Amino acid sequence: MITAQRSSSGSSHSPRSPSSQPYLSISVTDPVKLGNGVQAYISYRVITKTNFPEYQGPEKIVIRRYSDFVWLRDRLFEKYKGVFIPPLPEKSAVEKFRFSAEFIELRRQALDVFVNRIALHHELQQSEDLRTFLQADEETMERLRSQETGIFKKKPADLMQIFKEVQTKVSDVVLGKEKPVEESNPEYEKLKNYIFELENHLSEAQKHAYRLVKRHRELGQSLSDFGKAVKLLGACEGDALGKAFSDLGAKAETLSVRLQKEAHQLLMNFEEPLKDYVRAVQSIKQATIAERANAFRHQCELAETIKLKEINLDKLMLTRSDKVGEAELEYRELKLESEEATRRFENIVRLMNEEMVRFQDQKTLDMGIAFHEFAKGQARLANNIADAWRSLLPKLEACSS
Amino acid sequence: MMGSENLDSEEAHMYASREEMENLVLDEPSNNNNGTKSFSDYRSAMSSLADTHHPLSSPMAAPADSDPLLTPPPFRDFRNPNVATDNSSYIEPPSYSDVIFSPFDENAVNEINGVDSPGRSSDSSGFLSKSTSSSSDYVKITVSNPQKEQETSNSLVPGGNTYVTYLITTRTNIPGHNGSEFSVRRRFKDVVTLSDRLAESYRGFFIPPRPDKNVVESQVMQKQEFVEQRRVALEKYLRRLAGHPVIRKSDELKVFLQVQGKLPLPTSTDVASRMLDGAVKLPKQLFGESVAVAPHEVVQPAKGARDLLRIFKELKQSMANDWGGSKPPVVEEDKEFLKKKERMHDLEQQLSNASQQAESLVKGQQDMGETMGELGLAFIKLTKFENEEAIFNSQRARAADMKNVATAAVKASRFYRELNAQTVKHLDTLHEYLGLMLSVHGAFSDRSSALLTVQTLISELSSLHLRAEKLEAASSKIFGGDRSRIRKIEELKETIRVTEDAKHVATGEYERIKENNRSELERLGRERRADFLNMLKGFVLNQVGYAEKIANVWAKVAEETSAYTREST
Repeated sequence: MITAQRSSSGSSHSPRSPSSQPYLSISVTDPVKLGNGVQAYISYRVITKTNFPEYQGPEKIVIRRYSDFVWLRDRLFEKYKGVFIPPLPEKSAVEKFRFSAEFIELRRQALDVFVNRIALHHELQQSEDLRTFLQADEETMERLRSQETGIFKKKPADLMQIFKEVQTKVSDVVLGKEKPVEESNPEYEKLKNYIFELENHLSEAQKHAYRLVKRHRELGQSLSDFGKAVKLLGACEGDALGKAFSDLGAKAETLSVRLQKEAHQLLMNFEEPLKDYVRAVQSIKQATIAERANAFRHQCELAETIKLKEINLDKLMLTRSDKVGEAELEYRELKLESEEATRRFENIVRLMNEEMVRFQDQKTLDMGIAFHEFAKGQARLANNIADAWRSLLPKLEACSS
Repeated sequence: MMGSENLDSEEAHMYASREEMENLVLDEPSNNNNGTKSFSDYRSAMSSLADTHHPLSSPMAAPADSDPLLTPPPFRDFRNPNVATDNSSYIEPPSYSDVIFSPFDENAVNEINGVDSPGRSSDSSGFLSKSTSSSSDYVKITVSNPQKEQETSNSLVPGGNTYVTYLITTRTNIPGHNGSEFSVRRRFKDVVTLSDRLAESYRGFFIPPRPDKNVVESQVMQKQEFVEQRRVALEKYLRRLAGHPVIRKSDELKVFLQVQGKLPLPTSTDVASRMLDGAVKLPKQLFGESVAVAPHEVVQPAKGARDLLRIFKELKQSMANDWGGSKPPVVEEDKEFLKKKERMHDLEQQLSNASQQAESLVKGQQDMGETMGELGLAFIKLTKFENEEAIFNSQRARAADMKNVATAAVKASRFYRELNAQTVKHLDTLHEYLGLMLSVHGAFSDRSSALLTVQTLISELSSLHLRAEKLEAASSKIFGGDRSRIRKIEELKETIRVTEDAKHVATGEYERIKENNRSELERLGRERRADFLNMLKGFVLNQVGYAEKIANVWAKVAEETSAYTREST
């Protein structure tokens, strides 16, 4: 079992395990804004520490940008069908938000998690594309990046293909032909339903988590305003009471700052992991399940085609046509193709099952950590609040005596 | 207590006409302070209920029955047996979170108070040690049982003109009232009348402002919500009146609370009679030269049709004042007063600001509680889902973790809501005092108008004297005297005499009002200090208590999930 390390907030860790143990540890750090105007973007330092023999050396540092990560994800997706490729953080649509400190930090964290999850995965970590990503120089990377058309970046021809497929499906249904070919595996059905429903539940939870972050900020703001108003009122009153007001106002302002800090923590350590969970489930839904459906259909189509070819071949053999040889060749080729398609499909099925187990384990761990951080944060916040207010009591007591 | 003693011996005064009440007012000594305990009565009558005009009153303020504050000593002993009847005592519990458990103490508290307001949810105001009544006398007023009634006479439309009456129940042990518990039915118009009569009789006092007359359609007037809002507002108002050390003993209030049937106070909307009065006076005022303002009239500011001439004169005078005309002789400690006025204005501004920010704080807390609750519910749904669909143990483990978090979130959400309900009550003090500023304005304007009256009379006197001198000079030139002129001089001298009397009365009134202002300002200062201190303490204690509770809830979850951090590092 290879242990890869997860690094946090930009600091590179020295490997925990001794050098004999294989390790692959990556950290995404140091976001820097490059370029100007519309073409401005953020670049990150990606630091790899490893003792894998396939790698060039124990440590390597490269500069990468978001679209490089997208390239990696798309490549992995092509090559490792059936595997749950870790999700990427979204592209930001809103211009002015793109370079806010918070957004940049969230994205950096998410990219770090992304790349380390790949490093953790027993199959994905062996990917050549990963090695390229982690080691290639920037020019090479740029060249590769501009070539790539992954499943998420369909070429027009592919789009036509998809369109045709949809067309046939529709016309089949309209003409009363059989439904489009789909697996009729009850277990798989259950899994699909699970994924779809899970996404809904998770999205709702994530939505509320995001709102909770906002509420912390809002409460912080109103505490601050309240504190200021109370201080002014105290100035009106004067003497001991006035001082009491002013102390209270000051405390309120202090707590306001504390609340803003907690809002940030909540965002990074609770809302973001939930968001990540949603992304992962969406990725399974939109990509993995789709891939499996494609593979299944492909397999079925080939099986259909082969049957036709068999019939045709028999016919040709009976009529002792000179096209027999050609037909036989075609048939054998198709047979191979079909076997390949079946293999591919079955591979996806197998992988998906394995991945599901791994995914569930992973998510329990991820959520466990997120919950822990959440609870810890809330407890700490509440204690800070209690302490702050409590400190006022002796003075208030003194006032009334 | 003199007023009430008079009332005892002369029960006829219960049905006092305006004139008789004015006499009572003039008879009353200028010092109205009851001594040390009065301010507690005043403040204790301030219901800690969110005002009906308070935008946050409907969603979440727990309607407070603040009457615990009006109860006799046994209640106080229950809460704090070691304390002498002194407002500065305070509860110091070992763990503040216990203090806030008033929701569970409600029943005990209510039993002691014999709370009987129908349809009011019991609540937890008990631990707020606002300036509670430490004296043994109390007046407890409840407004309940709104009913529709019909205007019997004057209805042009059959079945039209309905109005609502409220049952007003008073419990008291103050001597001078008939019995210790009595009820009457009153409508809102009666309250307006009461308020107007009090304003006339208690010039210079900080009279609690009455609820607004809402000008709405008659349909809305009868909607339950509106009626309920009004009931609450009326109760608050009457309790405040009963809490004012001087006003609680007024005949007007007594009459209002006790006399069955039609309210025997002259109504302000008695337009017909006023018009008549005015009409009768008008010719004399227009044509008569030597119409003096009768002494008994100067105890009221000029207003309405009756006092056309007086209004005109006083307007002239105030213009003269403004343009720096003759310096009014009655301007003593003006500077001192102006300073205080300035301070009141300042206070009002800051109160308004603080009141607004308090509302936004309350909203922030409310939103926090709501969202926390929604988060909890979302996780509960997730938990249920995962458990139902679980194939792997990891799912079950995750579901269990989620459940802990969800439960904690829901609990925390409840605590936020409770915290907020209490916060509303504490910070309501700000709103209350802001509302009180209206009374202060009223009292200060009483003073100004009284001063204006005096100044007007003084000016008038001086012009009368001038005329008399001229006449005398003219008539002395004629040997044997000028019959008609002599007569005029006599008339003038009579007018001067009457005007002198009026001036004396007006000056006395002005002095009285000044003194009322002064004593009220002092009382306000004392009570405000005490109340604000209580507010601050209550607010802080509340925050501490609930923060502790919320911290405990989350600490537990952190403990339950602590295994995860160890695994990941």
